[in-house]
Amino acid sequence: MAYKYDPTARYAKTHDWARVEGDLVACGISDYAQHALSDVVYIELPDVGTTITQGQVYSTVESVKAAEEVYAPVSGEIVEVNEALADAPELLNSDPYGAWIIKVRPSDLSELDSLMDAAAYEAFVQEEEKGGH
Amino acid sequence: MAETLKRTALYDEHRRLGGRMVPFAGWELPVQYDGTGPTVEHNAVRTQAGLFDIDHMGQVEVAGPDALPFLQRLQVSDLSDLPVRGARYSLMCYADGGVVDDIFVYRLGDQRWWVIVNAANRHKDVAWMQAHAVGFDVEIRDLSDETYMLALQGPLAQAVLQRLTPLDLNTVPFHTCAEAEVAGIPTLIGATGYTGEYGYELFFPAGEAVTMWRALLEAGRADGLLPCGLAARDSLRFEPCLPLYGHEIHAEVDPISARLGWAVSFAKGDFVGRDALLKVKLEGPKQVLVGFEMVDKGVPRGDYPVAVDGRVVGKVTTGMKAPTSGRFVGLAYVPVAHSAIGSPIDIVIRDQPKRAVVVKRPFYTPAYRRR
Repeated sequence: MAYKYDPTARYAKTHDWARVEGDLVACGISDYAQHALSDVVYIELPDVGTTITQGQVYSTVESVKAAEEVYAPVSGEIVEVNEALADAPELLNSDPYGAWIIKVRPSDLSELDSLMDAAAYEAFVQEEEKGGH
Repeated sequence: MAETLKRTALYDEHRRLGGRMVPFAGWELPVQYDGTGPTVEHNAVRTQAGLFDIDHMGQVEVAGPDALPFLQRLQVSDLSDLPVRGARYSLMCYADGGVVDDIFVYRLGDQRWWVIVNAANRHKDVAWMQAHAVGFDVEIRDLSDETYMLALQGPLAQAVLQRLTPLDLNTVPFHTCAEAEVAGIPTLIGATGYTGEYGYELFFPAGEAVTMWRALLEAGRADGLLPCGLAARDSLRFEPCLPLYGHEIHAEVDPISARLGWAVSFAKGDFVGRDALLKVKLEGPKQVLVGFEMVDKGVPRGDYPVAVDGRVVGKVTTGMKAPTSGRFVGLAYVPVAHSAIGSPIDIVIRDQPKRAVVVKRPFYTPAYRRR
């Protein structure tokens, strides 16, 4: 499968992406993640003001297939939630890099260094495809 | 899992069409096709037509002078009035009323019948049938391996199939069957299905599977006919509340509690499970299958607990965002006291009770039940 990658984002092994936007970091799920999920029907959005830690579950995405947890790629305070997803969660399928889920005021930008760039993530996905399904 | 999954003759066709193959009842089948996906495939069947590989389902022939009395004893419905070329939904029950399997019965001749069984139950069912054939002059033959089965479903199914057969399909009304050539292949055409739409189930020699599959897809291309996977098959049968073995029905539940009492004939005489079912009917079931809709936000799913006042009282059998209506609905077993329309119940989603309310079933009125 050929998946899309946002070259300006960085990626966690949990298939979550983080993208610096001004002094905030937008977070979402990758094209590979949405493809594996199949049609998304619902997302449990977190509250603005919640503090999250890198690797922590901050949302649950439900597809026709299953409920999948979404992990924070960076630590910080959630300052914006993409309310458009409440009414149109399928945007996660059609535009995974446009459909950010939260914007975070990061507490430690150096955490981004622990994430993969697009090329490294693409290689990671290809390995997953070979090994798994 | 060391178990080897079986592949249907269409495995390579599915892969070529972008089928995402998953294990189901011992078979490797497409759950969806990439490029369309469950929702698009579901909608195609509701508005145009869809094609399903259901070769995993079993076909068992029952033939002989005692075929009718044998079937009358084996399953719960009264087949004495089913004419030749008729087809009917029914169930086989254990003596305690639990469901062995739900089945479709076709009468192909005066003394020749076909019983269509679920893939996961095929060998169990055939053994069950053999065990109950003692004393009856019948021959029971499992024809599943040599018989291929496809389902063509949706409002345009008749138009699509008509292009491939010389038989006037207006002469094959709903829940009847006929033998004719389809794409030059000798086929048993059943005007049956499990999607809530009009359509056909086609039975033909297994060696012709690829030819038939390609001919049907080609004949329906201009009409928007899509190959459909297991996910769409599940949501399509769920909306009209057609039960699925292993979910709404199984060995631990009887047809009365599953709201399938309409299929059971107590008047026809004795049958396996009759005493137990009559007791449930007279005394009333303890738990019944209800439809519910979420009031709080959340996606209900099979096996989620149902709670009332913080106490678990039942279990969801199937739940989802119904693709046709967009409603978050489900089916669940609850005690009779909480089964009335409007009863508040909680669905426990990831340890959180979420409010739901009992609503009318079905969630989608089948095409063949509309007036």
